[in-house]
Amino acid sequence: MKVLILGVGNILWSDEGFGVRTVEAINQQYEFDEDVKLMDGGTQGLYLIQHVQECDLLIVFDAIDYGLKPGTMKLIHDEDVPKFMGAKKMSLHQTGFQEVLSTAELTGETPDHIFLIGVQPEVLEDFGGSLRDVVKAQMQPAIEHCLKYLDGYSVPYKKRSVPLSEEDGVNSPTIGLHDYEAHRPSEEMACRSGDERVLFDNTFEQRDSELIDSDCRTNVFVDGRKHFEDQ
Amino acid sequence: MSIIETPNGYKLDNSGTRVVVDPVTRIEGHMRCEVNLDENNVIVNAVSTGTMWRGLEVILRGRDPRDAWAFVERICGVCTGCHALTSVRAVENALGIEIPPNAHLIREMMAKTLQVHDHVVHFYHLHALDWINPVNALKANPKATSGLQNVVSPKHAKSSPGYFKDIQTRIRKFIESGQLGPFKNGYWTNPAYKCSPEADLMAVAHYLEALDLQKEFVKLHTIFGGKNPHPNYLVGGVPCAINMDGDMAAGAPLNMERLNFVKARIDEMVQFNKNVYVPDVIAIASFYKDDLWGGGIGAKSVMDYGAYPTVNYDKSTDQLPGGVILNDNWDEVFPVDPADPEQVQEFVTHSWYKYPDEAKGLHPWDGITEPNYELGSKTKGTRTDIKEIDESAKYSWIKAPRWRGHAVEVGPLSRYVLAFAQGHEHVTEQISKSLSTFNKLSGTNLGAKAVLQSTIGRTLARALESEYCAEMMVDDWHSLIKNIKNGDTSTANMEKWDPSTWPKHAKGYGTAAAPRGALGHWIVINDGKIENYQCVVPTTWNGSPRDPDGNIGAFEASLMGTPVERAEEPVEILRTLHSFDPCLACSTHVMSEDGEELINVKVR
Repeated sequence: MKVLILGVGNILWSDEGFGVRTVEAINQQYEFDEDVKLMDGGTQGLYLIQHVQECDLLIVFDAIDYGLKPGTMKLIHDEDVPKFMGAKKMSLHQTGFQEVLSTAELTGETPDHIFLIGVQPEVLEDFGGSLRDVVKAQMQPAIEHCLKYLDGYSVPYKKRSVPLSEEDGVNSPTIGLHDYEAHRPSEEMACRSGDERVLFDNTFEQRDSELIDSDCRTNVFVDGRKHFEDQ
Repeated sequence: MSIIETPNGYKLDNSGTRVVVDPVTRIEGHMRCEVNLDENNVIVNAVSTGTMWRGLEVILRGRDPRDAWAFVERICGVCTGCHALTSVRAVENALGIEIPPNAHLIREMMAKTLQVHDHVVHFYHLHALDWINPVNALKANPKATSGLQNVVSPKHAKSSPGYFKDIQTRIRKFIESGQLGPFKNGYWTNPAYKCSPEADLMAVAHYLEALDLQKEFVKLHTIFGGKNPHPNYLVGGVPCAINMDGDMAAGAPLNMERLNFVKARIDEMVQFNKNVYVPDVIAIASFYKDDLWGGGIGAKSVMDYGAYPTVNYDKSTDQLPGGVILNDNWDEVFPVDPADPEQVQEFVTHSWYKYPDEAKGLHPWDGITEPNYELGSKTKGTRTDIKEIDESAKYSWIKAPRWRGHAVEVGPLSRYVLAFAQGHEHVTEQISKSLSTFNKLSGTNLGAKAVLQSTIGRTLARALESEYCAEMMVDDWHSLIKNIKNGDTSTANMEKWDPSTWPKHAKGYGTAAAPRGALGHWIVINDGKIENYQCVVPTTWNGSPRDPDGNIGAFEASLMGTPVERAEEPVEILRTLHSFDPCLACSTHVMSEDGEELINVKVR
């Protein structure tokens, strides 16, 4: 059984980096057989398609706005995955990833099972920022969910006796979590103060019920051309 | 309700129906476009807004210049490699580091692979649906499709009626299951789609083939860059050693077996471009022979820094020569110097940034990125939910780069016009051949300017560039083998790796022919750390708002005069904007989005 453990998102947009950071962390802590591929998918969108096509089991880590309390983790399976990834397109890679799934469907090469481990972000608009504490605190529980899911399919893994250092992690060390956080320019230097559209944004306001794109069905809006609005 | 004449020759009329398309791009990035239509549904005013704020440069301050590539690789998902390459070039330029010939050849192959990969995926998976109609493909006669393919791409093996019948059945099943998948939400009943069902079916078949092949192309990045996605780069060379006696173990140095694998991938790229991609574009274009609008300043005022030198650091050996052409005068090509403070400058009079003196532009070495979000008094809507933008004030998160004050277009079309105007033999041959096929298929007798100065011209030039890049790689590969056989296995120059060998203060620039156009990074290094870093990316040039003189940029100019079949289904606008392959993630940063809908076409 071929397994792909994929982290998606952009590490430069604070909590958007949750998926990639979690895959890095798994890689540092655990060893897997050759059939298990760990991947920092970044925001590659459609370019990830071949990796999705060739796996039987797909596990995705991502920061997703469900309209829940920041840090809330949500576990989503199989056909529900695209609906949730499309719930609120706060980041464009999610559009891209939905498109990957629907295009894979068109080619008839889809994973047998998909497991999405998503965490509600607290902040995205802090460009150059890192994971906020509530989100960072979910990395380890997310890893546990992933391992438990692998257990269900008898996929073997082994805890490393000595965790890998950042230099040996998934990414180049310079953008590894530690260096990335430690060498961040000061707020003043990086002029992080202003973007009123961001400041006024109510992206993370809590809603009465969680967001689901109920009629999504792994379809994506290529151009959303359907959405006209006559005024 | 006023008519403005711009210095670069456009008459802008903001009365009439206003159409808002938001956002425009399919994968990465955000762009909003507003146009005014006259009573005949012809575009008479166009406003292009980058809706994300650009903050990349500022987070690089204070970091180690040798690490900048790893950050810039993350700006954008679809053109990671060209940012990384441009970044290491900028640092090397600042510190006076020359890379070994092998490193140059390997980087060239990586850059050209990226070009081919990006162009192929852009055309088939992002842009083709603006021209071809998969629903219409269900009506095609597979036998006639096979006949068409034998005329269009006689050398392509997959051409039997049975093959096309299978594809058609597959698509029909998919659509009948109620899932249009990637084909959802097209304007499939719009008469602006003009291909025959057979051409549509052929293109859909190639859509699927390209999807299969693109994954082979990028394996080259894994071999040279250690991994993919996000291959590794290195200041001073490339992070892969050469050992011809080595084995094939993971992470092992390059050996003959790996290099042969690379050659096989290059040959696949050559074949696919020559036999499928280029013929497809010409065949599709012939159905749109009466739709040669969308040129704007394209193929008239153009710029590129020049790329692909056979001898590194010798710009005279650029296989796609750079320069600037202004106002449709192909007889005069001005040289470009990225280091000259008077040439490349960015303006912010209509951008949401603050400069001490906004009448003046700033060269990237002196660039400032300080946000200043304010809306003009005629804006309709609120600060967080703009219904209609006021383009007389600041209206975009994209700055306005200009060459000596002139608005220019960048991209494959610009590179091709520059090469053609400078008498480049190979490019001239490619263009003449394509024109003759196009004229034959469409029964026309059009010259280079008539065809190239259009949306179709932009799409054709991209295909030709992809074909040429694949062919250039064959030469790169042979040169690399020759070097290695002569005993040269050096892939990096690490003499100046240690910051103690650097001058206290240094500045440099790097350029590359990114898939979307001329890309430049400018860096200022002080005490071993980045003091200033500015990226002027292709979409900043093309998507730029107006400048202090009122010149409109390439996106806006390209929409002027375009007739729109149905205002509520502005496929013509998308067609033209997509022909630039716009990528806004790198020019700007994401901001508030009401993600309930991915695009929002509003007619008012």
